[in-house]
Amino acid sequence: MAIPKFTKLTTTACPLNIENVDTDQIIPARFLKAVERKGFGDNLFRDWRYDKQGNKITTFPLNDPKYGGEILVAAKNFGCGSSREHAAWAVFDYGFRVVVSSFFADIFKNNALNNGLVVVQVSEEFLNKIFAAIAADPKAQFEVDLPNQTFTICATGDKTSFDIDGYKKECLMNGYDDVDYLLSIKDDIERFEQSRS
Amino acid sequence: MGKTLFDKVWDAHVVRQLDGGRSVLYIDRHYIHEVTSPVAFLGLKNRGIKVARPQQTTGTPDHNVPTQDQDKPVTEEQSRKQLESFSQNCEANGIEYFKLGSPNHGVVHIVGPEQGITQPGMTIVCGDSHTSTHGAFGAVAFGIGTSEVEMVFASQCILQPKPKTMRITVNGKRGKGVTAKDIILYIISKISASGGTGHFIEFAGEAIRDLSMEERMTVCNMSIECGARGGIIAPDQTTFDYVKGRNRAPKGEEFDKAVEKWKTLASDPDAKFDTEYTFDAADIEPMITYGTNPGMGIGITKTIPSDEGLSGSDKVSFAKALAYMDFKSGEKMLGKRVDYVFLGSCTNGRIEDFRQFAQAVKGRKKAPHVTAWLVPGSKMVEAQAKAEGLDVILKEAGFELRQPGCSACLAMNADKIPAGMYSVSTSNRNFEGRQGPGARTMLAGPLVAAAAAVTGVVSDPREVFNL
Ligand code: SF4
Repeated sequence: MAIPKFTKLTTTACPLNIENVDTDQIIPARFLKAVERKGFGDNLFRDWRYDKQGNKITTFPLNDPKYGGEILVAAKNFGCGSSREHAAWAVFDYGFRVVVSSFFADIFKNNALNNGLVVVQVSEEFLNKIFAAIAADPKAQFEVDLPNQTFTICATGDKTSFDIDGYKKECLMNGYDDVDYLLSIKDDIERFEQSRS
Repeated sequence: MGKTLFDKVWDAHVVRQLDGGRSVLYIDRHYIHEVTSPVAFLGLKNRGIKVARPQQTTGTPDHNVPTQDQDKPVTEEQSRKQLESFSQNCEANGIEYFKLGSPNHGVVHIVGPEQGITQPGMTIVCGDSHTSTHGAFGAVAFGIGTSEVEMVFASQCILQPKPKTMRITVNGKRGKGVTAKDIILYIISKISASGGTGHFIEFAGEAIRDLSMEERMTVCNMSIECGARGGIIAPDQTTFDYVKGRNRAPKGEEFDKAVEKWKTLASDPDAKFDTEYTFDAADIEPMITYGTNPGMGIGITKTIPSDEGLSGSDKVSFAKALAYMDFKSGEKMLGKRVDYVFLGSCTNGRIEDFRQFAQAVKGRKKAPHVTAWLVPGSKMVEAQAKAEGLDVILKEAGFELRQPGCSACLAMNADKIPAGMYSVSTSNRNFEGRQGPGARTMLAGPLVAAAAAVTGVVSDPREVFNL
């Protein structure tokens, strides 16, 4: 399904300084039954955001009005565990466009990139700088520049570059998922067909 | 350096090479069935598009269909709904499909070759892992997931990383009573259920060349049970003879032209494979599995191995498998009780399998306590069996033919083996619960199945049938 195009984004960030956040925490299994890709954001980190009675846990960063913005900054090994694609949907549907961490589980990374969520892997050291910047000022701004593959802490000017598969980059900049991409090269496919007959 | 057969077919279908290692691979034939297609059709609908190349797509409902009373309305609600929506989706997109009960209906991997739709040198995909069956024709064929089904619907292409290549050579002649199923079960038992991971396997050698087309399909069908992406066999005269004259095969001069092209489909003598294995056909005897993955197979006269040499989680899962089967290391497989016998599936549901089974049980009687399900892979197999009088032979021996479908291969329909019961099955998977919750599956070929059906215990077909 067409995803919003992504080039450059400057926004605040929400810190989630927890390591090894698995897909079961991101979206608990009991919310997987839906057949449509809708409403998963409501259940993102469900059991961390709400207690058993359904009351908001105000200390959880996503519930803390200090924080906001379209970047989620998580500690090492984000998205491990089962391969459910719903985890990426939930993060995206909640309103995040970028996830930053010092390491991502492979499958989560792929699912995220195919669903419009930009995955920025930075060094452990740089990640700590980001957490420090948010701690110093919850409204600190960050810039994600996809064409140039850089991530900048605006307040300090600290900048790092990140890797991204060239194909996925093209898709994100055009707002394509895999099917959109294949549809976009229709002419090539037709030429290929003609060249064989 | 020379190219492997797999490389030749794959490379000829690459539309574009992507950064990050994946190729845009062009797909010649797309087979679909009722269970893995609905979400992909829905995806298209949401995008407001239709199937791009309906004429390269063929459908047949098979996974969740009843194998009795197919002429009557389907009573099971989920199954009926799946069939209805499958028909609607095919019709709305102009896709040819074989309706339940119609003369060309059957299990997807049986129907494709039988209709001549599967041909050498093609790329073929289907939302079912045993799509590898079609590799028997020298096609690159593999199973795909639902999101990939949508890609093929939308563009006739798929995004895929290229697998590594493996060659498995089986030299020499096989002994009496050894079927293609025994050959592949033997190979998987040697290289393990994960030994082929990340690879595409070419099968070669005298024992493979000697196989009929249907036998080659059995071998390629199960190539994925060692973790491989698929299996492939170079086409030869056996292949051309099989394809010739089939419904959708090229005709006349077109056919001769096609054969000239197909003859180039072989690995070059100096082609290099990432991995190679060589086996001797003389070492293979009729096989049977004793555990809960297809790699847990042994010669039928052997005893169940011990966990010696295994460690950690392998040791734990070995013990778990034996506990599930209620078997012990050191026991003989011969003489073990058999409650159910299943002849069928895309592995062993073809006419040669039914001939072999019928010839074997001819003049004998089914053991009274055995329930036997004989499910032809297609309407054409069913009709052929009847034309040859196999149904009569079977009836006299106490067996009856059911109607085509996947049936007890995955037990999605009503054909479920009850918990705790032992089944000798010609299908492809012996996972826990595959043939029904708690069902205990022993995989084997049609001859071992026939021997079990008449004796009521695991038996050596060479002895029972004086082969
Ligand atoms: S017979 Fe079994 S393996 Fe073959 S297509 Fe049906 S379910 Fe899949």
